[in-house]
Amino acid sequence: MTFIQKVWAIVWKDIASELRTKEMLLSMCLFSFLVLIVFNFTFDTGLKNLRENISGILWVAFIFSGLMGLGRSFGVERDKGTLHGLLLCPISPWGIYLGKMIGVFIFMVVMEIFTLSVFTVLYNINIIPFLLPLGLIIFLGTLGFATIGTVFSAMSATTKARDVMLSILVFPISVPMIIALVKATYIILWGGAIQEIYPWLKILIAFDLVFLLLAYLTFGFIIEE
Amino acid sequence: MTHNRAFLKVFQFVTFFMMLLALYAIFVYAPVEKSMGIIQKIFYLHVPSAFLAFFAFFITFIASILYLYKRDNRWDTIAFCSAEIGVIFCTIVLITGPIWAKPIWNVWWTWDPRLTTTLILWFIYVAYLMLRSVAGENRRSNFSAVFGIFGFVNVPITFLAIRLWRTIHPLVITGKGINISTPMIHTLIIAFVAFCLLFFWLLINRIGLEKMRLKVEEIRASIEDKIHLEHEKQGG
Repeated sequence: MTFIQKVWAIVWKDIASELRTKEMLLSMCLFSFLVLIVFNFTFDTGLKNLRENISGILWVAFIFSGLMGLGRSFGVERDKGTLHGLLLCPISPWGIYLGKMIGVFIFMVVMEIFTLSVFTVLYNINIIPFLLPLGLIIFLGTLGFATIGTVFSAMSATTKARDVMLSILVFPISVPMIIALVKATYIILWGGAIQEIYPWLKILIAFDLVFLLLAYLTFGFIIEE
Repeated sequence: MTHNRAFLKVFQFVTFFMMLLALYAIFVYAPVEKSMGIIQKIFYLHVPSAFLAFFAFFITFIASILYLYKRDNRWDTIAFCSAEIGVIFCTIVLITGPIWAKPIWNVWWTWDPRLTTTLILWFIYVAYLMLRSVAGENRRSNFSAVFGIFGFVNVPITFLAIRLWRTIHPLVITGKGINISTPMIHTLIIAFVAFCLLFFWLLINRIGLEKMRLKVEEIRASIEDKIHLEHEKQGG
């Protein structure tokens, strides 16, 4: 088996088990749906306010329900005792990391497509004209989130206060990414010139690359027994 | 050992003396600033603490890398102790800052890049300490070393992002406009030296304490082993 096949085997394992239970995707989608509804009540949805807040609402929905998926990514392996099996696979830690990370990424993308469609209906925003730049931003954001999240998920899965610990680790590190995502989404949704998002794109790309590299260098230390 | 202890005694005395000197310089020697008044004196505590907080987290970063590279527990202890003291200094910065800002800027807090980065930094290292307290014994060192590296690498990216965020929205307050007279510079230098000495004194003692704690744990484990063996002998 080549490296890519091995990684894909791990990704497929996660997808197959998810397709059988549908537990995680369902709860992620439902949760992000609820976030959109709750924000509709907490912020005055008068049009002027809405314009300012809407990109933030979208990303809060993405990130909060993404966090649910992350917590389960390694949490389930731990609970069912399959983590040892995973570690025994003839594959480098980096391969395990990539497999789990791509799995989280795919689940998040499915949830985001669902959330975006609900968002379009509920908040009456036509996203079709901005689909390409918005898709790029969402891709980079989800990648960054899955990148740091998988590392911290592997860490927090072994600790006592698992879910709380995961959020405490993820949020401070993801601050620059969240700022860039919300700003870039805001510019795109309100028809700003494409050049305006370049500085934010640079930050997102730098964030993704830096943390992917760090994950490559350090993931072996996290899962070693 | 005795040599070490003598050195620590001298170090402690020098630190104490410098802290007294710094207090004298701040409250007696340095003139009261014309436009800000007495509140400006908080500056002499605020600036050295800010520097030392960053410095402490930098030590944690370097020690974390060295730990992963060399697998020597000493580096882990240094990283942990430095992060702990860094959080204390960072807390001092975050408390003294708003006390000064309220009368001068008329707000307790603004989302200025430096302020926000410091706050995020504080959150990262509080998370670091929490991670250490909840992680299992055998994984603690690795986890915290990795998080120490992630956290520090994140700082410049955060700073850039927040600066960019703030340049799009106009910034009301800039760091300019504070003219410092010579006695003020002298005071700042004295306070700076005093705080650096205090930092290293705390760090050395904290590392000593942590080493002692590890040793006590080791001794306790060996005693328990012995008791266990005795019981087995009597039973058999």
